[in-house]
Amino acid sequence: MSSKHLLTRIRTLVRPGLQCPLFKNGCRNPSFLHELQTRDYSDVPQQIPAAPASNPLPVANSRSKSSLKPAEIKKFAAMAETWWDAEGPFKPLHVMNPTRLAFIRSTLCRHFGKDPLCARPFKGLKFVDVGCGGGILSEPLARMGATVTGIDAVKKNIKIAQLHADSDPVTSSIDYCCTTAEKLVEEQRKFDAVIALEVIEHVADPAEFCKSLSALTSSGGATLISTINRSMRAYATAIIMAEYVLHWLPRGTHQWSSFLTPEELVLILERASISVKEMAGFVYDPLTGQWSISDDISVNFIAYGTKNSE
Amino acid sequence: MVGMALACSLANMPLTNQLNVAIIDSNPALLSGACIKKEEPPDPRVSTVTPATIAFFKDVGAWKYVEQHRHAYFGKMQVWDYTGLGYTRYNARDVNKEVLGCVVENKVLHKSLLSCLQSAATQQKIYPFRLSSMTMQTSSSSTPHGSLARLDLSDGNSLHAKLVVGADGSKSRVKELAGISSTGWKYSQNAIICTIEHTEENQCAWQRFLPNGPIALLPIGDKFSNIVWTMNPEESSTRKSMSEVEFVKEINRALDDGYGPRPTSQQFGGKSPFSLLTTDTTISTNEGFEVPPKVTRLASERMVFPLSLNHANSYALKRDVLIGDAAHTVHPLAGQGVNMGFGDALSLAKVIAEGIAVGSEIGEVSLLRRYESERKPANLAMMAILDGFQKAYSVDFGPLNVLRAAAFQGAQYISPLKRSIISYASGEKRFPLFS
Repeated sequence: MSSKHLLTRIRTLVRPGLQCPLFKNGCRNPSFLHELQTRDYSDVPQQIPAAPASNPLPVANSRSKSSLKPAEIKKFAAMAETWWDAEGPFKPLHVMNPTRLAFIRSTLCRHFGKDPLCARPFKGLKFVDVGCGGGILSEPLARMGATVTGIDAVKKNIKIAQLHADSDPVTSSIDYCCTTAEKLVEEQRKFDAVIALEVIEHVADPAEFCKSLSALTSSGGATLISTINRSMRAYATAIIMAEYVLHWLPRGTHQWSSFLTPEELVLILERASISVKEMAGFVYDPLTGQWSISDDISVNFIAYGTKNSE
Repeated sequence: MVGMALACSLANMPLTNQLNVAIIDSNPALLSGACIKKEEPPDPRVSTVTPATIAFFKDVGAWKYVEQHRHAYFGKMQVWDYTGLGYTRYNARDVNKEVLGCVVENKVLHKSLLSCLQSAATQQKIYPFRLSSMTMQTSSSSTPHGSLARLDLSDGNSLHAKLVVGADGSKSRVKELAGISSTGWKYSQNAIICTIEHTEENQCAWQRFLPNGPIALLPIGDKFSNIVWTMNPEESSTRKSMSEVEFVKEINRALDDGYGPRPTSQQFGGKSPFSLLTTDTTISTNEGFEVPPKVTRLASERMVFPLSLNHANSYALKRDVLIGDAAHTVHPLAGQGVNMGFGDALSLAKVIAEGIAVGSEIGEVSLLRRYESERKPANLAMMAILDGFQKAYSVDFGPLNVLRAAAFQGAQYISPLKRSIISYASGEKRFPLFS
């Protein structure tokens, strides 16, 4: 309820801005728009060894086409082999996975009018998992019946994902592709649902990225984006706690300045003609070690939007 | 039986009913489809199912089959000990219930679950063989069966499964093959079980603590009752081989005035020291002690089982999970073993359904651990209580006997305490007294 409230508030705040030259000419940019458009690449830590030269990263020759930061790609290439180790560097994602899937399942069942009690409600629907990594989201989506395309800019990730998915006939049908959202747009691919979880904080230009996601969404389709809020609490939990104290994530996984606030995300999605219908937060209970869906969007949050028919 | 309950539960939920379930059991009853004749005297292998288990059977649609066969609800229970110092009577209406439980032959429970499974239009297949070996394949193998568990059966065939559920009892082959260790000990006690006949129908569950262990008399329908009598191994071999007439005499002695006097209803001259604590007068505190009905005839063979307690150190591995007696074997004191097993089956079925809802791989250890963390504390608490009971009653020591009797008196007169004991024993509460 409260997130809905927030959204109506956001829309009324944001809509006049869209018509006003203030936002368009950029000379009097609010600080966050400045953030969005000019990302400083040099502050990305280089402590993780770069991928071997013999395995050139696909992004190297398509830099202008990809919204991903090169340093981010290197970072994830170094961790690729540990994707499916539930106790490894991606443990937080493994633990969070059922919770975010529960949100995706319920919103998309409602969106597409599917029976949530059925085991494979997404049968016949085409989903794309942007930034699929090792496939920890793609595989459950495939088990729920969706025809899944998983894309990632890191070739190693795609290899790991493919290898893992091949062990089960249900998941071996996933189409893994080492490519970027931008390239799929060029190929004029369309999907019923476009899902990009924990990706937008790693891209160079979130606004452009959202436009690509929107272009991939077929008319009447759904877009889901999850990320971390640029709040003090997020700094304390997602960076200080997760990276420095608990060592859940390698140091330097996240840049606080790259995070988006829910208001910013709603704004850039609106501009990409996706209207956000629902937003939810994920909160971690350190006592039970479980994540749950909540109204609290101050740290981890997910937004579900629908493509406006033009 | 617990495995069949899991299969029924999975077949009954829309999220799990498309699963391919294979039941591996060499029990011939699974295929024979033989009818259970009502005229035959009941089998001595019975279970006391609690209201929680009855609700579970109703949910999966198996209780209607139980009701077609012999079963005996009981609404009263009397527990006392041989010193004659105290007794407790439990009544279903103390906890606003119709019944305290129901005694059903194991073969009836089994048959009902089978009928229920056969009526469900789902994909399950029964393999009447034994499991000879089990291997977990590594994910790197490029075979079509990838990282599944491979089960080799005694007929030479093999199956591949995403999840292997070990519901194969206290001597679980699955537990052994998976290399799951367990902690436990044997009590130097055996239980004799048999069916006996009365002249009239018995409608109450009776349990009397004797110097060497408790004797329980459970109604099983018509004029029959079931006996579970715990004693030391020497006594059990004597009693197994003695003549039927002698044995019936021994039972009657054990249930009435043997070993010590009957407790009197007005132990403390009409005014109980606990009466001050009794606030609720509707509760059955002032019910008098009753003598159980006389046993007239032995109606089955006498079976002897050694008692032991065993608990698997882990319930869940990747692609492998234990339920029921495979995970925990308890003293049959309050008939809780099978109810704990049905509790496991229900919990595991729910965890699997939740996993499928979010597209999880059902053999994933992180998913199966949720079942373990739900059931392990509940089962361990129950085991500790039953083990404590067993220990408290295996010592014949004057002062302790008085304490025990006082505990009985207390349980008889302090109604909230009594209520929680009944609720706990009927499988509805996780922790006694404090909830």
